Amino acid sequence: MFIAKEIQTAAYLFASILFILSLSGLSSQESAKRGVLYGIVGMIVAIFATVMGKGVEGQVFIIAAIAVASVIGILVARKVEMTAMPQLVAILHSFVGLAAVLVGIGSYLDPATQALTGAEHTIHLVEVFVGIFIGAITFTGSIVAWGKLDGKIPSKPWSFAGLQIMNLILVVASVVLGVLFCKAEGTSGLLYLGIMTAIASFVGVVLVMAIGGGDMPVVVSMLNSYSGWAAAAAGFMLSNDLLIVTGALVGSSGAILSMHMCHAMNRSFFSVIFASASLGPKGEKKAIEGEVTALNHEEVANLLKEAKSVVIVPGYGMAVAKAQYPIHELVQTLRSAGKNVRFAIHPVAGRLPGHMNVLLAEANVPYDIVLEMDEINDDMPDTDVVMVIGANDVVNPSAQDDPASSIYGMPVIEAWKAEKCIIMKRSMSAGYSGEDNPLFYKPNSEMLYGDAKASVEKILSFLK
Amino acid sequence: MPLSEDTPLNYHFMKVGVPSEVSPGELRVAATPKTVKRLQKQGFEVYIQQNAGVKANYSDKEFEEAGAKIVPSAADIYGKMDIVLKVKEPTTEEVGTMREGLVLLSYLWPAQNQELLQKLAEQKVNAVAMDSIPRISRAQKMDVLSSMANIAGYRAVIEGSFHFGRFLNGQITAAGKVEPAKVLVIGAGVAGLASIGAANSLGAIVRAFDTRKEVAEQIASMGASFLTVEINEDGATASGYSKEMSKEFIEAEMKLFLEQAKEVDIVITTAQIPGRPAPKLWLDYHVEAMKPGSVIVDLAASSGGNCALTKNGEVYTTPNGVTIVGKLNQLPTQASQLYGNNLCHLLDDMGKAEKFKIDMEDAVVSRAMVTYNGKINWPPAPLQVSPTAGGGAKKVVAPTAEETAKADAEAAKKKATTTLISLAVIGALLLLVGKYAPSEFIQHFTVFVLAIFVGWQVISNVSHSLHTPLMAVTNAISGIIVTGGLLQTKNDPGNIMTILATVAILVASINIVGGFVVTHRMLKMFKK
Repeated sequence: MFIAKEIQTAAYLFASILFILSLSGLSSQESAKRGVLYGIVGMIVAIFATVMGKGVEGQVFIIAAIAVASVIGILVARKVEMTAMPQLVAILHSFVGLAAVLVGIGSYLDPATQALTGAEHTIHLVEVFVGIFIGAITFTGSIVAWGKLDGKIPSKPWSFAGLQIMNLILVVASVVLGVLFCKAEGTSGLLYLGIMTAIASFVGVVLVMAIGGGDMPVVVSMLNSYSGWAAAAAGFMLSNDLLIVTGALVGSSGAILSMHMCHAMNRSFFSVIFASASLGPKGEKKAIEGEVTALNHEEVANLLKEAKSVVIVPGYGMAVAKAQYPIHELVQTLRSAGKNVRFAIHPVAGRLPGHMNVLLAEANVPYDIVLEMDEINDDMPDTDVVMVIGANDVVNPSAQDDPASSIYGMPVIEAWKAEKCIIMKRSMSAGYSGEDNPLFYKPNSEMLYGDAKASVEKILSFLK
Repeated sequence: MPLSEDTPLNYHFMKVGVPSEVSPGELRVAATPKTVKRLQKQGFEVYIQQNAGVKANYSDKEFEEAGAKIVPSAADIYGKMDIVLKVKEPTTEEVGTMREGLVLLSYLWPAQNQELLQKLAEQKVNAVAMDSIPRISRAQKMDVLSSMANIAGYRAVIEGSFHFGRFLNGQITAAGKVEPAKVLVIGAGVAGLASIGAANSLGAIVRAFDTRKEVAEQIASMGASFLTVEINEDGATASGYSKEMSKEFIEAEMKLFLEQAKEVDIVITTAQIPGRPAPKLWLDYHVEAMKPGSVIVDLAASSGGNCALTKNGEVYTTPNGVTIVGKLNQLPTQASQLYGNNLCHLLDDMGKAEKFKIDMEDAVVSRAMVTYNGKINWPPAPLQVSPTAGGGAKKVVAPTAEETAKADAEAAKKKATTTLISLAVIGALLLLVGKYAPSEFIQHFTVFVLAIFVGWQVISNVSHSLHTPLMAVTNAISGIIVTGGLLQTKNDPGNIMTILATVAILVASINIVGGFVVTHRMLKMFKK
C-alpha cells in the first residue's frame, strides 16, 4: 500500500504550509496554541507521507524507534522544570545534530547515491560533507551548551590566545578533507568523512566552551539555527524539499533570534560567537562612589506598603531560586492593595530568549503586566520602588555612563531612576559580564541579601 | 564656600557668574537663591555681582546664604568666570569687558542684533541666545520665550483689568446686575493661552483669534471661544509661528476685528514674528470703534506693537477714552525664578560642571549658540516643530525632525549602496551555480532560498515573550530530519544503514515529541 510520488509531494507541501502557519501562530499569545497544533499536524502528515512512500523499507524498526522515542520524549517533557527549560532545548538541539550526522553517513553509504555520476555525484558529496559538518558542530556544541546551562561544566568562558586561528586552521583542514573526499572512489572517502566529523565535533566543543554564561541565549538560538541548516543540508542530499523548506525556516528563525539577542546586548553577532568580548576594556574604569547599604525584610515590606507604583526586575537569580511563585503571591498581595505592580523584562534576562516570561507565566503572572524594557523605562522616574530580583548586568548604570565598561552601550533597565531601588542578591559578586555594578552603591539603592525565594516569602509574611 | 567636603578633590571648578542688569527697565536677574543652590548641585561655583538681585527682590544676603559669593563689580564677572548668566542682551561696553572663551547665556535677539553678534564673535565669546532655543519638545524646559510669555500673558490680564476698572465676572447683586467683561485675545501662543486662562478664571467672557487653525482646540481647552474668518487658509508654518496671510484673509480679519471692537472691553494682543516687527492687527479705526473705558494691552509693544497706536513703554488714554497699555510689569521675582530655572536646565543638558561641553552636534545647543569660536552661527537651519500641513487636531511634535530626516537619508543612501553591491554579488554567485549545477539542484536551491525569506518574515513578528516557546517549536520542527532516517531504513537489520537510520529516527523523534509537548506545556501557562 504505497502512495504515489505526486501525492507525497502534495502532502509535503501541505506539511510545509502547516509549519509556516505554526511559526507565524507564535506571534501572539492568543494564537500560539493553535500554532503548536499546526506544527503537530504538519509533522504527522510529513511522517505518514514519507513512510507510505514507495521504496520505504524496515517499517518495523521505524515504528519501534518512533514508539520508544515518543515515550522518552513525553516523559522528559512532562518532568522537566520550567527553570531547566534552557538545558532541555539545548540537549534537544544536539539530537537534531546527531540525527543529521547519521543521516549524512547513511546517505553516503546508500548504494543508490553511489550510482550517481558527474556533477550530480560531486554535488551530492558536497551536500553530505557540509551536512555532516554542520550536524557535528550542532551536536557537540549543544551538548556543551547543555552542560554549561545545567552547571555540569563551569559557565565561565574557557578560551586561549590563538583560539580563532586554530579554528580557522581546522576549517581549512576540513575544506581540504572535503576536496579529497569528493575525489575518493566508491565508499573509500569514509576515512576523510570520519576525520572531518571529529574535527567538526571538536570545533563545536571549543566554540561553545569559549562563550560565557551571560551570552548563552545567543548560543542557544544560534544552535537552534544550526540545527535548521543541518536539516536543510540533509534535504539537499536526499533531494527532499520538505526537509529543505523546514530546515530553512528553522535556520532563519534561529538566526533572527540570535540577532535580536545580540542587538539587545549591543554586541555584534561575531563578537559573541567568536568570544572576542573578552578583550580588555578600553580606558580606565570609573571609580565607584558611595556605600552599599542593606535593609532587612521588614523594612522592605514597609517600603512596599507605602509605595504606589512597584516595578519588579527579575533575572537569572529568580530562576535559580525558583522564586517566581512567591513573587506572584507578592504581586497579588500588592495589587489587591491597589498598587500598580509591573514586571520589567530585559531582552537578555535569563539564559534563554524569553526565559523570564516563561517562568512568570508558569507562576500564573498575567502577561499584560509583564513589560519589555523599552515599554517601562520611561515610567521609571515615577516609580516608587524597583525590586531587582537576581538580575545584575541588565540594571547596570555603567552601560550608560562608563565608556570603559565592557557593557557600555548596552540598553539597560534604568532601575536607578526610581525613588527607591531594592536589590535582592545572594552576595556582592559581579554578574556574568564580570562588571561591578555601581547601582548597588547609589544612595537610593538598598541591598537585601539572601536567597530570592526565602526573601520574598519573608517579605510576604510581613505584608500579611 | 559650601561646596562640601565630599566633592572629589581632582575636580575642575567651573565658575558661573551673574552680573547686575544695566538697563534701567530690566528688573529681572539671571539667578535666584533657589537656582544658585541648583547650580551648586550641578557642580558649579556661583558668583553674583553686588545688588544684582535687588530689583527682583533678592538681597545679597539671601544669595550668600544660598552659597553664592558676592563680587563687587561686573568686571569680576565678565573677566574671570567660565559661564555668565544674563537676562538682557549685553551692551557693547559690557561685551568689551568679556574674556575670550567665555560662555554667555542671555537674551540676544540675534536677528535684530547683527552688530552685537559681530562684537561677541570678535571677542571670542561663545554666546547662547536663550531666545533662540528651538521650540522642540526636548527643549521646552529651557524655552525662555515660553516661560516669560506665560508670565506676560497672566500679567496682561491683571493690568488690563486694573485699567478697565470694572468687575470681570458677571454678578447679580442687590444693587443691580453687572455684565461680565468681554476679553478678546489675539494670538494664541503661550502668552495668549495664559491670558485666556487668567481672564477666564476671573470670570470674563473670553474670545480668541489666531490664524493657525490647529490652535482652536487649545483655545477651547483654556475656556475661550475661537474666532475665525470664513476663508480657508491656515497660518501655521513649520517653525510653529504663523506666516503672513493673504490680502483677502487680512481684509476679512480686519472686518471681524471691527465687529469685535464694538463689543469687547479688553483686547490683549500677543502676535509676534521672530526677527521682524510685530504685525499691525488693531488699527486706528478699531481703536476708534471701541467703547470709552475699554483697554488694549499690547504684549508686542517692544517689537513695534500689534496696535497701531501703541506707544512702547507707555500707558496712555486716547481721546475717545481707550487706554492703551504698552508697558508691563515684568513680575521680576517670579520671572527671575523661571528664567533661572530655564538656564539651569540648559546647563544640565550641556553636561553640568563635570562634563560641561559645547556640543555643536546637539540640536538645541547648535541652534542657540549664535557665536562660537569667533564665528557667527546665525541664522541656524530651520527646524520643524509644528504639526505639518493639513493642520488637523493631531499633534505630532517632531523633535529634531530635520536631523533625523538627514540621518535617515544618509543611512538610506548607504544602505542602498550596500544592498546594490550585495545584490550584484548574489547575482554573480547564482549565475555560477546556474552554469554548473544540475537542474534538480537548482530547483531545490530555489525552494531553499525562498523558504529562508519566508522564515525571516514570519519570525520577525514573533512577540518577545514567546521566544522560548518559539525555540521549542522550531526545535520540534527541525526534528523533520526524521524523514531522512525514514527513507534510509532497510528491511535487513544487519545493514549498517538500517542501524544508522534507526538511531537517527530515535533521536529525532524524541526531539519532535519532546519539543511539542514541552511547548504545549509552556503555552498553557500564558494567561492574561
